Amino acid sequence: MDDAIKAPSRRAFLRGSAASVVGVAGASAAAAGQPDPLITELQDWATGLGDGVDATPYGLPIEYEKDVVRRNVEWLTADTISSINFTPIHALDGTITPQGCAFERHHSGAIELRKEDYRLMINGLVDRPLVFTYADLERFPRENHVYFCECAANTGMEWAGAQLNGVQFTHGMIHNMEYSGVPLRMLLEEAGLDTAGDLADKWVFVEGADASSNGRSIPMEKALDDVLVAFKANGEALRKEHGYPVRLVVPGWEGNMWVKWLRRVEVMDGPVESREETSKYTDVLEDGTARKWTWVMDAKSVITSPSPQSPITHGHGPLVITGLAWSGHGKITRVDISKDGGITWETARLGKQGDTKALTRFYLDTQWNGEDWLLQARAMDETGYVQPTKAQLREMRGENSIYHNNCIQTWHVTPNGEAENVEVS
Amino acid sequence: MSKCLKVSVAALVIATPALAEGTFGLGREALPEEIAAWDVDIRPDGQGLPEGRGDVWTGEEVFAEQCAACHGDFAEGVDNWPVLAGGFDTLGDKDPVKTVGSYWPHLSTVWDYVHRSMPFGAAQTLTDDEVYAITAYILYSNDLVDEDFELSHENFADVEMYNSDGFIVDDRAETEYSIWRAEPCMENCKDDVEITMRASVLDVTPDEGGDEEEAAAEPETPAQAAPIEVAAAPDPALVAEGERVFRQCKSCHQIGEGARNRTGPQLTGIMDSGIGAVEGFRYSKVFTDAAEAGHVWDEATMTEFLARPRDAMKGTRMSFNGLRDEDDIAAVIAYLRSFDGPS
Repeated sequence: MDDAIKAPSRRAFLRGSAASVVGVAGASAAAAGQPDPLITELQDWATGLGDGVDATPYGLPIEYEKDVVRRNVEWLTADTISSINFTPIHALDGTITPQGCAFERHHSGAIELRKEDYRLMINGLVDRPLVFTYADLERFPRENHVYFCECAANTGMEWAGAQLNGVQFTHGMIHNMEYSGVPLRMLLEEAGLDTAGDLADKWVFVEGADASSNGRSIPMEKALDDVLVAFKANGEALRKEHGYPVRLVVPGWEGNMWVKWLRRVEVMDGPVESREETSKYTDVLEDGTARKWTWVMDAKSVITSPSPQSPITHGHGPLVITGLAWSGHGKITRVDISKDGGITWETARLGKQGDTKALTRFYLDTQWNGEDWLLQARAMDETGYVQPTKAQLREMRGENSIYHNNCIQTWHVTPNGEAENVEVS
Repeated sequence: MSKCLKVSVAALVIATPALAEGTFGLGREALPEEIAAWDVDIRPDGQGLPEGRGDVWTGEEVFAEQCAACHGDFAEGVDNWPVLAGGFDTLGDKDPVKTVGSYWPHLSTVWDYVHRSMPFGAAQTLTDDEVYAITAYILYSNDLVDEDFELSHENFADVEMYNSDGFIVDDRAETEYSIWRAEPCMENCKDDVEITMRASVLDVTPDEGGDEEEAAAEPETPAQAAPIEVAAAPDPALVAEGERVFRQCKSCHQIGEGARNRTGPQLTGIMDSGIGAVEGFRYSKVFTDAAEAGHVWDEATMTEFLARPRDAMKGTRMSFNGLRDEDDIAAVIAYLRSFDGPS
């Protein structure tokens, strides 16, 4: 790194933050009538030289963005090996989640498995039990799809009340990537499904190569529909923490089913009732009975800015409210925003037409003049489902479900531009 | 001539088996022993169980050795690790306690999971009989069987789980979608709104880490870095190897910046420090005795301890069996040493 370039930019950073404080008070550097030295003075970066090519053979975000990283909540789990962290959605825009900051969830750590050592077995009620190498998988016809992956426990800490003060922590167990891979259907057909007979009551059991193996049972109908055996995300190899070299993509369904380091698919005549689909990822209702097989992630949305980690720092006037919406049932068709805690609503603009089972970005281009706001977003999907309030969810399920909390989130924006996670009546 | 032709046609057929219609002919047939190695799932009716047996008493011993470090001697759970016993009739309470006894609907799930994924950090090292014994002990610790109970592939299906009727299949389509698929309200949706709860009251949000402005203004002078004794610098490859081996230790021990005592003591600067001397950790007697005697973790004592922990320190609560490979021990020690220095 060149110090000559670094030093002035540090000064610029300090100046920049000073300007934003002034900005909150309603003025700006230019309005003070003083010429901006960033413009009138020759800056080092405008006269010196920057880095040559190859300075970083695989590029990382510039140092000024170093706080845009995954974070974990230490008190949630016993250790980091069987744990989860959160995508910094407060600092992202658009819809694609870069792999490097996409949340991680491991049950026995992120393992290192070379492509050369990778094997995928298809067995059970098939005509020919098969073993594929990684190279075999690359010879099947491939597809590209963008899908969101949301942990069923996303927003799970908020059931009993407003708890975590940041959208990264309340809603960051989600990412959205473009996957390249082979439909699971093709691999099952390669092994032959005549032996299975009537497919209506058949299942596949999928498991990973790590010590947890994270086995899950999936109905055959879904397995033959849109499940993908993926080996690339956002154009490049999967990251270790997301299941390199091969993971399962189960569009619209809870992230736990997206088995990483996929090593085996067994065709069966019933579910295994594994640990991950009985003791975990089942939803206890108010009377103590529990729902099982709650696979689909219902429609949900959240405002990512302004939010507690992304306060308003620019003063009064034009403000862009933005956030994300998604549904495991298909496309997002509409997002409404309320500034008064749900009394009145206005319809937001979708960044682009919603893709099925993928994140949709929404914007509300509005004015803020220091008002107290209770900001909410409410998603609708193509089935006509409207995202419920937390009160509606509690009335239906109680407070102990842990999983599948898709309630409307409220941020209290105060006159100084800060925001806080609150619950409202 | 015609015979010769027949043979070569037959050979051709063997070389390229006829493709089923619509397939690509990719992959190869999975061999029976390969399927046996990986297809270990156990079904709720016991399908898939190997022959074997284990009783409660054996299970208690194996559990104490292999499981209790995280799950507690009585399956009550240590720190944030899962509780396996008790919690009956709490599922409708404000804070349900979901254990094998109170919540798990199928015994097959216990056998399957212990067999394929436990102990944490040493999965698939238990024998089938040990898995039967541990499963029997977990049932016993939940008062679901008597102390003289033996579990086997023969009586497995007879065991009844307490919460086997406690689950319903996802009914959101009927109970929720029918209500929430409706035109949403846009105006005068409620009379008034009040804030009923604030996240800042609880204050459980992790820190964002460091004041950005201060961090940016901090001069980055390499001279401030801790002085490194070149002579003592460990082989980086060995340290890296040690880091890999240390994964087996990580479920209980933290090391490095911010390391804290968990199930086991934090290990930053452990080499050449006093045995049983990590501040704030509650040691077993053998360690407090060693501390009083002024013993130190040098190369020799650490090597001996890592090879056979329970022989080297009789009575230690550390359930780890030890590292068999001398190279692994040397690597772990190099890794531990890499965190020496001022802390």
